[in-house]
Amino acid sequence: MACANHCLSSSGVEIVTLEQIKDLLDAKVVVGDDKLELEISTAFGADLMSDVLAFARSGCLLITGLSNPQAVRTAYALDIAAILVCRGKALTDKFIEIAKELGIPILWTEYIMFEACGKLYREGLTGCIREVIVEDKQRAQ
Amino acid sequence: MPSEEYLEGIYQIQGRDFVDAGIVSSEMKKKLKEKGIPESVIRRVAIVTFEAEVNIISYAEHGTIRYYIAPDAVTIEANDVGAGIEDIELALQEGYSTADDSIREMGFGAGMGLANIKNHSDEFEITSVPDEGTNLRSTIYLNGK
Repeated sequence: MACANHCLSSSGVEIVTLEQIKDLLDAKVVVGDDKLELEISTAFGADLMSDVLAFARSGCLLITGLSNPQAVRTAYALDIAAILVCRGKALTDKFIEIAKELGIPILWTEYIMFEACGKLYREGLTGCIREVIVEDKQRAQ
Repeated sequence: MPSEEYLEGIYQIQGRDFVDAGIVSSEMKKKLKEKGIPESVIRRVAIVTFEAEVNIISYAEHGTIRYYIAPDAVTIEANDVGAGIEDIELALQEGYSTADDSIREMGFGAGMGLANIKNHSDEFEITSVPDEGTNLRSTIYLNGK
């Protein structure tokens, strides 16, 4: 159920709707006008889809500056809830067409990734994972 | 309830065709959803297929992805003609990559691919001959390990 302001789910996790994310980041809804009630509680930010494929979890918001069709297909493979394109990246017709076809909502903001992440974190969204555990032998010296 | 029928098929992949990366993954996902296969299994198959596509597009001239959907497991087989892998153990290490800038500009080449395929597989096999090509096989059980 949607809340008037941001609210806690029964498990104590902060929930934000796409509508609230849109308002918070002065974002345009490019795809998914009918899905603004969608509830999100976690996010993952990256431009490398290889890292998204390795680390992102289902149901999260993908914050990215990569606005090519591969980003949409990556989101689809992982059951990612929605994509927030940051840095005002230009969107191609192909990108929008595939997002519509695969049913992935697309929000678009001119904020840089750091600002977008910071504003969402302050609202209570958390990373879909907190950190990546690196084996000792691969740890940077 | 998994279907009793056995289904298989093949997709052709062209090297350097980054714009189409993930198409086979999307198609596989749609196919498995129609068959009522559990979401967690579908997600793993979609990830394995995606990584396999990106590897062929990034490092091979061309290749194929075959799928076999059995009542108890889904198998993805990727075979390509191309650069091959010199040291498979090294290539399986997370973060190890031979990707060039053209691959990274497309959003790939982090050196996570093979490890990610292995992590999402119940059975995993890879063989490669440098300058000839790579053959990879991943099986995911429908009812967990």
